[in-house]
Amino acid sequence: MSDVKKLAQQLMELDDQMVACMKCGMCQAVCPVFAETMQEADVTRGKIALLEKLAHELVKDPDQVNEKLNRCLLCGSCAANCPSGVNIMDIFIKARVIVTTYKGLSSAKKFIFKGLLTRPKLFNFLTDMSAKFQGPFEKVADEAAGTASCALLNPLLGERHFMPLAKRPFRKDYPSADTPRGTSGLKVAFFPGCVVDKMYPHVGHAAMDVLKYHGVGVFLPKGQACCGIPTLASGDQESFITLMKQNIKAFEEGNFDYLVTPCATCTSTIKETWIKMIEDENLVFIEKVKDLADKTMDITEFLVDVVGVTLPAEPKKSDRIVTYHDPCHLAKSLGVTEQPRALLKKSDKYEFKEMNEANRCCGCGGSFNLFHYDLSKSIGQRKADNVRAVGAEVVATSCPACMMQLGDMLSQSGGGIEVRHVLEIYADAIKK
Amino acid sequence: MSNAKLAKEFEKIVGAEGVLHTEADLHSYSYDSAVLDPAVPSLVIKPTTTAQLGPITKLCNENGLPLTVRGAGTNLSGGTIPHPGGIVVLTNGLNKILEINEEDLYAVVEPGVVTAQFAAEVAKRGLFYPPDPGSQAVSTLGGNVAENAGGLRGLKYGVTKDYVMGIDFFDVNGDLIKAGSRTVKCVTGYNLGGLMVASEGTLGVFSNIIFKLVPPPKASKAMMAVFDNIDKASETVSAIIANHIVPCTLELLDHVTIKYVEAFTKAGLPTEAQAILLIEVDGHPAEVADDAQKIVDICNKIGATSVRAAETAAERESLWFARRNALPALARARPTTVLEDATVPRSQIPAMIRGVNKIAEKYNISIGTFGHAGDGNLHPTILCDKRDEAEFHRVEEAVNEIFDVALSLKGTLSGEHGIGMAKSKWMIKETNQATLDYSLRMKKAIDPKGILNPGKIIEAS
Ligand SMILES: Cc1cc2nc3c(=O)[nH]c(=O)nc-3n(C[C@H](O)[C@H](O)[C@H](O)COP(=O)(O)OP(=O)(O)OC[C@H]3O[C@@H](n4cnc5c(N)ncnc54)[C@H](O)[C@@H]3O)c2cc1C
Ligand code: SF4
Ligand code: SF4
Ligand code: SF4
Repeated sequence: MSDVKKLAQQLMELDDQMVACMKCGMCQAVCPVFAETMQEADVTRGKIALLEKLAHELVKDPDQVNEKLNRCLLCGSCAANCPSGVNIMDIFIKARVIVTTYKGLSSAKKFIFKGLLTRPKLFNFLTDMSAKFQGPFEKVADEAAGTASCALLNPLLGERHFMPLAKRPFRKDYPSADTPRGTSGLKVAFFPGCVVDKMYPHVGHAAMDVLKYHGVGVFLPKGQACCGIPTLASGDQESFITLMKQNIKAFEEGNFDYLVTPCATCTSTIKETWIKMIEDENLVFIEKVKDLADKTMDITEFLVDVVGVTLPAEPKKSDRIVTYHDPCHLAKSLGVTEQPRALLKKSDKYEFKEMNEANRCCGCGGSFNLFHYDLSKSIGQRKADNVRAVGAEVVATSCPACMMQLGDMLSQSGGGIEVRHVLEIYADAIKK
Repeated sequence: MSNAKLAKEFEKIVGAEGVLHTEADLHSYSYDSAVLDPAVPSLVIKPTTTAQLGPITKLCNENGLPLTVRGAGTNLSGGTIPHPGGIVVLTNGLNKILEINEEDLYAVVEPGVVTAQFAAEVAKRGLFYPPDPGSQAVSTLGGNVAENAGGLRGLKYGVTKDYVMGIDFFDVNGDLIKAGSRTVKCVTGYNLGGLMVASEGTLGVFSNIIFKLVPPPKASKAMMAVFDNIDKASETVSAIIANHIVPCTLELLDHVTIKYVEAFTKAGLPTEAQAILLIEVDGHPAEVADDAQKIVDICNKIGATSVRAAETAAERESLWFARRNALPALARARPTTVLEDATVPRSQIPAMIRGVNKIAEKYNISIGTFGHAGDGNLHPTILCDKRDEAEFHRVEEAVNEIFDVALSLKGTLSGEHGIGMAKSKWMIKETNQATLDYSLRMKKAIDPKGILNPGKIIEAS
């Protein structure tokens, strides 16, 4: 049997889900990639049609389909708006796994995922070393956004204004923790996520401060790994499961009510994606994953809905404006939109003002940003324009990946606007 | 000419980026929203200026190449499924609003402007473009004209054709034909603009379109009436009109649809109800209040089990929520959704719904019916799985019969979705051979080589 035939057969497993797409085309209204290119193959309907045709062997070239399939942010905007309720994210992720298994990972990805990500110790060591050596070659690009540019890294990063690796990662200060329940009577497990650990440790610190302030006990085990989404988005299911197992093992020991993260992407991965990829695992393991997923929550949601932070009676008036960008993984996958705004409204420094299209994707999309930088940039530019239009001094969000993208876009378009995590603003407000 | 050579010729007109030719690209333009078999074009051409439409059309004609124009590809009748091996011309890059004239109340647009974006721009200037097809968030104005699309406001405000003042279009020789004008009145020559409306890309390629705008209504009021009997609901529709009240919207949801909507949204709809009417009146505030009261009285008199009027914007929203979710809710029930479009004179709505329900029973399929009761335009929506051959065969039989019933009630094959490929073979049933012959002769004279969207409307294969 030819390989392509095998590929087609595997894709047929998705047929039940794909057939639910009635080709109404309504996804054209919300897909940020389509808005830039206006090409059918770049919108959900086109991608599903191509996958169906590959499955039925009407299209013969899997590389072309794969190329189209990867021109997607996995932002979920289409899924959130699809009238037929097609499980678009499941289809796209599983299709990426099937196609990658057929084609094999690129050697660069193989190196990064299998060689680095799944070995947290080595990964940490290398990023620590880079943090030490990156200094002399970088120059500060924008003070407010905290970005840098680096001529040496141009071949890899292009003209990006990236977030430099933090001098001191979060885990150096919190290698582990296990504090008792305080006044709230609650205890959470804390999952900072890679980006917070390595680039935005101050977000991790803000989270710890806020939890302490509200009398919430924290369990932070050694041996946490990446949530795995970069590997899965590239179709590497094997590394994804390895990472998931490392995490399950790390959190197994703790006794906590919720698992919270300051990263929208990590939350939606742990809460929704893990469970979908482990049909073949044993029941005990599936039970553990389910249990952890049930406990997982975005940290702003936890603070407002569980701890009970309330809105101030009077909205603050000020000419210093903070606005909010809805991360796709929070707003579209998990429906968390009010809670981060509530925390921002608590700020004593800023007035909260809504920007236009606050819930439109910023264009980051993980490795989408690496492979389709131009597209990612034009999508991000629209976001940067909206931030500027509302007159914000600060744009806050609740996903560190979004923070990277917002930083790059704002910094490149003139700079001068701070990019911060909601928790940082809230932590400042309660310190007084 | 070979494909590669043709591609080169098209590149001369639209540049290299404007010619899509990879396998994946071609297959992405092989289908639309209709449940029909796809067909793959040989090239896809994406112009960036309306002037390029002329040379593109000319080149196709010279080479006898079938040409299908595609807006958003949301039509439900296969109008944008290309002739196998033909050319697809995309208009979504032609999306400039050229003029909104606030003094003379008209606008000039390119054909690829998205309907909702146009309506929003018009609204920003304090004016109103009423046609609002359910697909307006993505559909193009060129597509709307070519399908004569209508929307929820059709009853009072009419459909797309009522707003077309003029159309510039290219004929097969690539020459620009000008029809209509910016004046309210215009009888200069044949009504060629009118000929383009509902032509589904078979008579010319639209360039700029002039649309009429109107002042927006000052007030509106929405209400929901619940019935335990579908005849009472239809009687109410007739009674409202007979009392000389013309609501802007008058929508009906049948029992099956209500059940699905409720299961999906948990919005608190009365699942035992046999029908719901959603009614909105708009206009001058005093007239709105007066009309709304009269409608409530009529509903009560005919025997609605309850009538609720929205007092706040939020309540109005919650009323329309059910209507907006009718299609999504039905679509989620089974893999394939066949949305039909049979339309009957208003008084025949109960007969039509009874007919549809009988057909559902006879063929053992589920059909939910909702639609624009005010204008008799119903959407019997068949829920099935097209991969189940036996079932899908029954669906096809059922669709045949639905049209027979609609025609026997003096209705029409299509209220708004067009004929395309899907209903071409039934044209003869509604009209007659002479009508088809007349249309074919006209088509032959305008398009002797038959390159403009062949196989659609009158050319049942
Ligand atoms: C969810 C959903 C809801 C819908 N609701 C409604 C509704 O409420 N009312 C309604 O009337 N329809 C409705 N439709 C059908 C459809 O959206 C309309 O017919 C719409 O007008 C099509 O616009 P389009 O831009 O997608 O055109 P397309 O589908 O791309 O094209 C339609 C036809 O127009 C021709 N055409 C397009 N542009 C040009 C041009 N520039 N010159 C010449 N020919 C051209 C094409 O060749 C084709 O024959 C709905 C469809 C969906 C999927
Ligand atoms: S909105 Fe959903 S059903 Fe419609 S075309 Fe897109 S994916 Fe398919
Ligand atoms: S996930 Fe986002 S980028 Fe991908 S198809 Fe859907 S809307 Fe477009
Ligand atoms: S970084 Fe945030 S907004 Fe941007 S793609 Fe990811 S989730 Fe979407």
